[in-house]
Amino acid sequence: MSVDPRESQPNPQGSRIDPYVGSYAARAAGMVASEVRALFAVASRPEVVSLAGGMPNISALPLDALGELAQQVVVEQGRTALQYGSAQGDPVLRQQICEVMALEEIDASPDDVIVTVGSQQALDLITKVFVDPGDVVLTEGPTYVTAINTFAAYQARIEHVEMDDDGVVPEALEERLAGLAREGARVKFFYTVPTFNNPAGVTLSPERRRRVLEICERFNLLVVEDNPYGLLRYEGDPVRPLRADSARNVIYLGSFSKTLSPGFRIGWALAPSAVRDKLVLAAESAMLSHSNFNQAIVGRYLATQPWPEQIKEFNEMYRARRDAMLASLEALMPPGCSWTRPSGGFFVWATLPEGLNAKAMLPRAVNERVAYVPGTGFYYGGGGQRNMRLSFCYPSPEQIREGVRRLVGVLESEIELRNTFGGVPASTGRGGEAPAPDLP
Amino acid sequence: MTTAGQGQKEDRTVADLNRVLVLAGGLSPEHEVSVRSGRRVADALRRLEVEVQICDVGPELLGLLTEDPPQVVFPVLHGAAGEDGSIREVLELAGVPYVGARPDACRAAYAKPTAKALVAERGITVPRGVALPKALFHDLGAPAVLERVVALLGLPLFVKPAQGGSAFGAAAVTEAAELPAALVGCFAYSDTALIEQQVTGTEIAVGVVDLGDGPVALPAVEIVPDGGVYDYAARYTAGRTEFFSPARLDDETARAAAETAVTVHRALRLRDVSRTDLIVDADGRVHFLEVNVSPGMTDTSTLPLAVEAAGMDFAVLCRELAHRALQRG
Repeated sequence: MSVDPRESQPNPQGSRIDPYVGSYAARAAGMVASEVRALFAVASRPEVVSLAGGMPNISALPLDALGELAQQVVVEQGRTALQYGSAQGDPVLRQQICEVMALEEIDASPDDVIVTVGSQQALDLITKVFVDPGDVVLTEGPTYVTAINTFAAYQARIEHVEMDDDGVVPEALEERLAGLAREGARVKFFYTVPTFNNPAGVTLSPERRRRVLEICERFNLLVVEDNPYGLLRYEGDPVRPLRADSARNVIYLGSFSKTLSPGFRIGWALAPSAVRDKLVLAAESAMLSHSNFNQAIVGRYLATQPWPEQIKEFNEMYRARRDAMLASLEALMPPGCSWTRPSGGFFVWATLPEGLNAKAMLPRAVNERVAYVPGTGFYYGGGGQRNMRLSFCYPSPEQIREGVRRLVGVLESEIELRNTFGGVPASTGRGGEAPAPDLP
Repeated sequence: MTTAGQGQKEDRTVADLNRVLVLAGGLSPEHEVSVRSGRRVADALRRLEVEVQICDVGPELLGLLTEDPPQVVFPVLHGAAGEDGSIREVLELAGVPYVGARPDACRAAYAKPTAKALVAERGITVPRGVALPKALFHDLGAPAVLERVVALLGLPLFVKPAQGGSAFGAAAVTEAAELPAALVGCFAYSDTALIEQQVTGTEIAVGVVDLGDGPVALPAVEIVPDGGVYDYAARYTAGRTEFFSPARLDDETARAAAETAVTVHRALRLRDVSRTDLIVDADGRVHFLEVNVSPGMTDTSTLPLAVEAAGMDFAVLCRELAHRALQRG
């Protein structure tokens, strides 16, 4: 076989590989391959200590019991569990969800609960029913990366509000809302992860909770409270969710992904009744109905298993991991670095010395067999270049210690590089880059 | 002259090829790209009823190669280990035939400054540039070194890691003030940076295959990324780049590009398959940028496009390459 290039005739028509390239909606413009995502793919290799992903550690789950429950569901209620269900979710499970929320002093009716595919689907449905292109969504800065991607997919204008160690700063929220009101912007809701924030690890103080609710009520602004980590507390007193003090103004999102298993994909939204009706209709068009099978297993788990004790066991495990991370950071991090000290949840948010860029140094880190999520992923349109999210939920305490040791080596090398070349300019990227959820 | 043993190997027909191990993944930033390339090669071979196993590089690899060796290994690893020759050293140690260049040739091709020097000796035009290690900037002071670099090479410049692909750590620099940030980005991937005069023109990739009758160039593929920069997003997001295969070149330039790629393949003693990246400037002169011993085989990679433009079947080509390795033994 031989090929002579002179035999090939130039083709004036180029190929873009994807024949539908001209057909995509404008909202798909940001859905592109990224270097950072490519690096996360390497980070899932076993040689790499991944402090990047937020995958719950389910090693303590009673798999035998869950296996029996699954069998019972098939044998005893297979004809309904393997049939279509409703878009709002199983009424029995919704009642049980209310009992779970009661642990955090939320008083709710099962009628106002809608089961969703993880709380992520709730976020998608809420954005779908509220946001037109160009509408403003306020979020903390930094905020949950996949919320950014959801809002961006609906072409929202995403505005961040400053946070500190006590959560979002009420004065900054008020000022931003006043500014947006002056410019006549259509602000649709304030999205917040007030308890053990992802990625910042901080918790909104009780005093600020009152202020935030008061400000949002004054501006007639809906609050979307995302609380997947609230029951994963390792020290201190529980803090009342925003929804516990405002049934009218708050849509509350909960999830079994961290307290049971993300594999069932069961979360929920608790919404004022008019909003709930819209969400149910939106859910119906999105996925017709939920998996009755998964709902039935989770329902039986809640009805028959000592799940509060299971959560306590998870909390013991996560506390040891958090302590290992905080102790390692304290012992090893170079001067000029700071980090948050979470009382629960999965994440520590680190701030690096001036002139360092966590995104730029990620390839070197992966080369040294440690991974984290650069802070830029948690901001829309720039910011967070000196930050990194360090996750302690999945690796063992030994792996965490080794991971921090490797990370510190990379940081020292970066500090030397900064001293040689000066600082790296701030990133102006779109944000929203984080590992796929299956990354350890 | 062939020995009797070699003669027996050469008698093995394509039908004898029935078990291939595709190596894909690896511990480099190009892991994901390699996985996609590997899957495509594996699917192609399976379509021709070749039994294929895909394996990543890990502790189990050597055991697999020695205890249950495949007939042929098809390395589709990109980046370090995959392209710097080290995995191929392992394949030599295990005594398993494999597709592609030998370790020493890979080492030379993977080190971009070395490859550049070797092909320049053959009269191929290469961008003027310097290869500078990170430590040198630290020891001599970055501002003074960068001032000399700009004085010598002028602007615009192109900065890229001395090893690696997929445009990781690469950046165009139009002003001297952008150089430090470009170098910091580059040093995240490699301890040595290649700083070159930026050549502007038509960007093309020329695949070379050798199925036993000597290396032959495939039709050049012209690359026209949206926004003009062939970065990671432009490479691996379908639709972000327009490809012309064959490239829109006149016969003489197309011939020069093909000859350049074949010369590179020969000069670096490559084997079976390679892809050379070139730029044709406004005067029609062909400039060598770099060569890949394990070209990308993804849906958006240029080599499969070139294969198609040549009227060849990608699956048949993969089988031919594996068969050739089997014959070599």
